[in-house]
Amino acid sequence: MRTIYLDNNATTRIADEVLEEMIPALTNLYGNPSSMHHKGAEAGAPLALARERVASLLGALPEEILFTSCGTESDSTAIHAALIANPDKKHIITTMVEHPAVKTYCEDLEKKGYRVTYVPVDRKGRIDLNTLYANLSKDTAIVSVMWANNESGTIFPVEEIAKKVKAAGAVFHTDAVQAVGKVDINLADSAIDMLSLSGHKLHAPKGVGALYIRKGTRFAPFLMGGHQEMGRRAGTENHSSIIALGRACTLAAEKMDEENTRVKDLRDRLEKSLLESIPNSFVNGDLENRLPNTCSISFEYVEGESILLMMNEFGICASSGSACTSGSLEPSHVLRAMGIPFTAAHGTIRFSLSIDNTDEDIDTVIECLPGIIHTLRQMSPFWAEAMAAQGK
Amino acid sequence: MWDYTEKVRDHFLNPRNVGVVENANGVGEVGSLSCGDALKLTIRVSDNDIIEDAKFQTFGCASAIASSSALTEMVKGLDLNEAAKITNDDIAEFLGGLPKEKIHCSVMGRDGLERAIADFRGEVVKETQGNVVCECFGVTDLEIERAVKEDNLTTIDEIIHHLKAGGGCGKCHDDIEAIIHRVRGEATMEIIKPVRMSNMQKIKLIESTLEREIKPALQKDRGDIELVDVVGNKVYVRLQGSCATCSKSQITLKNHVEAKLRELVTQELIVEEVK
Repeated sequence: MRTIYLDNNATTRIADEVLEEMIPALTNLYGNPSSMHHKGAEAGAPLALARERVASLLGALPEEILFTSCGTESDSTAIHAALIANPDKKHIITTMVEHPAVKTYCEDLEKKGYRVTYVPVDRKGRIDLNTLYANLSKDTAIVSVMWANNESGTIFPVEEIAKKVKAAGAVFHTDAVQAVGKVDINLADSAIDMLSLSGHKLHAPKGVGALYIRKGTRFAPFLMGGHQEMGRRAGTENHSSIIALGRACTLAAEKMDEENTRVKDLRDRLEKSLLESIPNSFVNGDLENRLPNTCSISFEYVEGESILLMMNEFGICASSGSACTSGSLEPSHVLRAMGIPFTAAHGTIRFSLSIDNTDEDIDTVIECLPGIIHTLRQMSPFWAEAMAAQGK
Repeated sequence: MWDYTEKVRDHFLNPRNVGVVENANGVGEVGSLSCGDALKLTIRVSDNDIIEDAKFQTFGCASAIASSSALTEMVKGLDLNEAAKITNDDIAEFLGGLPKEKIHCSVMGRDGLERAIADFRGEVVKETQGNVVCECFGVTDLEIERAVKEDNLTTIDEIIHHLKAGGGCGKCHDDIEAIIHRVRGEATMEIIKPVRMSNMQKIKLIESTLEREIKPALQKDRGDIELVDVVGNKVYVRLQGSCATCSKSQITLKNHVEAKLRELVTQELIVEEVK
């Protein structure tokens, strides 16, 4: 069975070019970059190149890039650093739709005496800027707002927010894990102080991430015990993965146009066709400001896990915001914050595409999914009720 | 991905008896759209109390659909009294087991059947008449009590996996905890105390009481207790974790540990701390 992989917001395939650059680092370049001999120097050089490549994609300076183990570590490091560097400030502002990496950390900080404001979003997943700005105060240490939401794909106006936050004297951090490689980013021209990214979302391996820290931003390390990363993150570097991340960033720069044209067209075709062929379905998110690869679509009166497992029978991989897939019992916090009605929240599927996807992939989904939804609706007691109510 | 058995997969992908029974004389409905799963079971019972036909409509995940399908296969042709004895464990077993997070799907099947039978008999299922404890999933105190008793549940997580109660906002956790405690308290009172215990029996009972009744409470406060020795009626214990450095440890020792051991093992026991 052919695999149709449409879950790229969860993780991506390692690109061939990326893997190719990784191999020497896993074989010949085994020296410790910190060592004072030729094996060390040989390992250090590609590391420096990787830093330049990541910086270049972001419009940053190499010394503003800190390599970490993942997006989550980048997020934790950023928030932790802002709080340690501003010990008198006890207030954090974030949104109700952040990734758990930020959300759960903030919830934990609440238990430790910090005050956290979770800014709500509207039905399209757009952040309530008035509430955000109204809550900015002298006590605000950091504002953390994701660049783009992983479930709805909605893009937030982070550059605009960053300016207001800076004026208020707080640090601005953005979790850009989903945005990097899909959205034009130029940090040289922005007021963003810190930015998190993750390798495996852009065709590099799992287990590597980066944190951009604007030059001059007060910082305190999260991991201590070594001089690596200029004393900002102790621990021997995940050498081969960092090299891979560097290559993935140049690849992302090369493919950004394709993401926003060919991939976006595939997504739009998928969406349009599904909406036409499946009644009682709708797309979630801010259609005007949305990642080009993400499609969050709700099917009323059916449940997401069932849809996913039936699609899996055709080789289609996607994900769902429904409760049952995660082992939790309620729909995702993002769908709830957006106020997606319960008739549909449990039946919400996220397709996330990448440059690997083809027309044929989309054709298969368009062919299979209407039948799957029909089968499940025939089984659903609510579908019969809803149809009876509509006199159908 | 969930580790579903082949049988679950089969009943999910090829569900048996989907639909509504014609001329049904018993209907059982459980769950709701907001809860994320729901079952409508219809049965037709013959004059001599045999379930002639059973069909289901289910909104839910793969295991909810599989559990419903399995249920209809299990009850068809059964005498009503026999059908009434089917438990959620029976449904899970029929499917070759369910992941523990999905036990509630089999409970939904059992509840649907129970309600369909009650509907046929013109009765009302007692458990649905209790007070709602979990607002998120509309679960009553009587349903929780029953699950604690019948399925021998001891923790909030187990309650969540079985009934979903407590799996939403979490505000009812204290209430659920209180129900578990109350029901388990009653249950532990039923431990049969041998009239004359051998030393071996006594030590075993002390051990099990410490494990089941005392340790969990101390561990909740990051403390712990270790049984060091039993000499006659003297029980030597060592307090650990935060209990070891707690100013109230002696009160805990006498009012909680000793009282509980006296209640459940024998009145003569004296607890002493070994430093």
